Amino acid sequence: MATQQSRAAARLMIAPAVFVLLVWMLIPLCMTLYFSFADYRPLRGVFEAWIGFKNYESFLTSSSFLKAVGTTLWMVAGILSITIIGGILFALLLDQPMFGQGIVRILVIAPFFVMPTVSALVWKNMFFNVDNGLFSYLYKFFGMQPYDFLSQAPLFSIIVIVAWQWLPFATLILLTAVQSLSSEQLEAAEMDGAPGIKRFWYIILPHLSRAVTVVILIQTIFLLSIFAEIFVTTNGAFGTRTLTYLVYQRVLESQNIGLGSAGGIIAVILANIVAIFLMRIVGKNLDK
Amino acid sequence: MARAITKQKKIMWTALAWGLGLLIFFPILWTFLTSFKSEVTAISDPPVWFFFDWTTENYTAVLERSNYPLALTNSIIIAVGSTILGIIFAVPAAWAMAFVPGPKTKDVLLWMLSTKMLPAVGVLYPLVLVAKWLGLMDSRILLIVILMLINLPIIVWMLYTYFREIPGEILEAARMDGASLKSEILYVLTPMAVPGIASTILLNIILAWNEAFWTILLTTVNAAPLTKFISSFSAPEGLFYAKLSAASIMAIAPILIMGWFSQKQLVRGLTFGAVK
Repeated sequence: MATQQSRAAARLMIAPAVFVLLVWMLIPLCMTLYFSFADYRPLRGVFEAWIGFKNYESFLTSSSFLKAVGTTLWMVAGILSITIIGGILFALLLDQPMFGQGIVRILVIAPFFVMPTVSALVWKNMFFNVDNGLFSYLYKFFGMQPYDFLSQAPLFSIIVIVAWQWLPFATLILLTAVQSLSSEQLEAAEMDGAPGIKRFWYIILPHLSRAVTVVILIQTIFLLSIFAEIFVTTNGAFGTRTLTYLVYQRVLESQNIGLGSAGGIIAVILANIVAIFLMRIVGKNLDK
Repeated sequence: MARAITKQKKIMWTALAWGLGLLIFFPILWTFLTSFKSEVTAISDPPVWFFFDWTTENYTAVLERSNYPLALTNSIIIAVGSTILGIIFAVPAAWAMAFVPGPKTKDVLLWMLSTKMLPAVGVLYPLVLVAKWLGLMDSRILLIVILMLINLPIIVWMLYTYFREIPGEILEAARMDGASLKSEILYVLTPMAVPGIASTILLNIILAWNEAFWTILLTTVNAAPLTKFISSFSAPEGLFYAKLSAASIMAIAPILIMGWFSQKQLVRGLTFGAVK
């Protein structure tokens, strides 16, 4: 029973939030778009307002772009597989009858609240460090040569750090989904003599598929812009330069604004492709 | 017919879950333990677990560094400030969308969500440029505004899902009893909305506290929050594990505690209602 008057009032209440977001999104994005067509290198005093698609051309054809895309894909894929598989296992485990379930839940969720710079530094120094890290002691304890994780397997090391941070997120959401599964269905299957593996494959996994999709999409959007973990550990060296990091280096380190802006626009386009799928799922849910 | 749970099975699950849970928690536990060691004990070979001379000297040392209290103050001001500012913008909007939904409400909500998915590097240089132009580089106000804008879609969404659960019949009943719009909002809606607003505030303080792209790139010293301060430990000299641990524990402890209280709301806030 919304009257004309309350509609108008509602619009007035929504307007400020829409306005600030619109300004936030449009103005910087238009500026990036503008710069992406310019040759702009402030450190050398170069500014030419229009050079066509040259920046895009050189960004897309440079070997660092393809490498960065490859690194980004490996990183996202690695983190996703660890967190999804680990998350499903943890969710099922936490759903079992046990003593002190609340405390275990708290232990598992904790890494999500650790700020990225802290977790990166703690892992880098206290675990991965070749001289004093805990992993080195473990290696020595078993009579092996200590392994320099961050310089010999840097991509893997960063995957471990970030997966540690995101495993709680996947676990929490999948646990919510597991708990909404009706126990009658499972009991019926059990009475019919379906073994555990079959129950998991034919009942639990299909039930989780939606939650898994949501976790994948949301994590992908966040993981595409991983920054602090790389900044603190390798600073983009040793093949850990992701697309986000490459653009950051072009813009702020080498101050090639035109080239970096073209890279930024490409990153926006790639992220949007993922976002469209996520929005569809969320949108469908709104209708219910 | 309830399933009989044997005690043996329960003990087995308990052991497994506690073991794996502690493994996940271990890096935090280890940081906590190390923060109470002397620098020499912190790197002793083999590592010491619990039996060492517990000392709080690292905490006092870190607190005495002039930059730590400043970073802590900045973190608090930026996280709380951006959250309050976000709430001011979001409450009216979420309220209107939940109680007076129009044909375009869904589109507006989804559009807001889409702004959240814009990669930060896409707008990095314009922001640096505008910040320099306004003389706001390394200022708290800049970070308050940026973090507010980043988290605004999440705040609106969370509030919207909470407000939508408030039954419309209650409003109608209040109106039938002759309540004015003002008393309707004050005495009927507000008490029902407070828990939702509180959890939204909690989650957003956490998100703003841990934000580590803009806070690192747009600050140097004056407005640098803990994220930036900790990242300066990246290239340290000499013995520093125990101090790094103490600084880390102080940076994460308040948020860890808040996080444990808000874990139920986390799913709602981060999946935009897509998982229930």
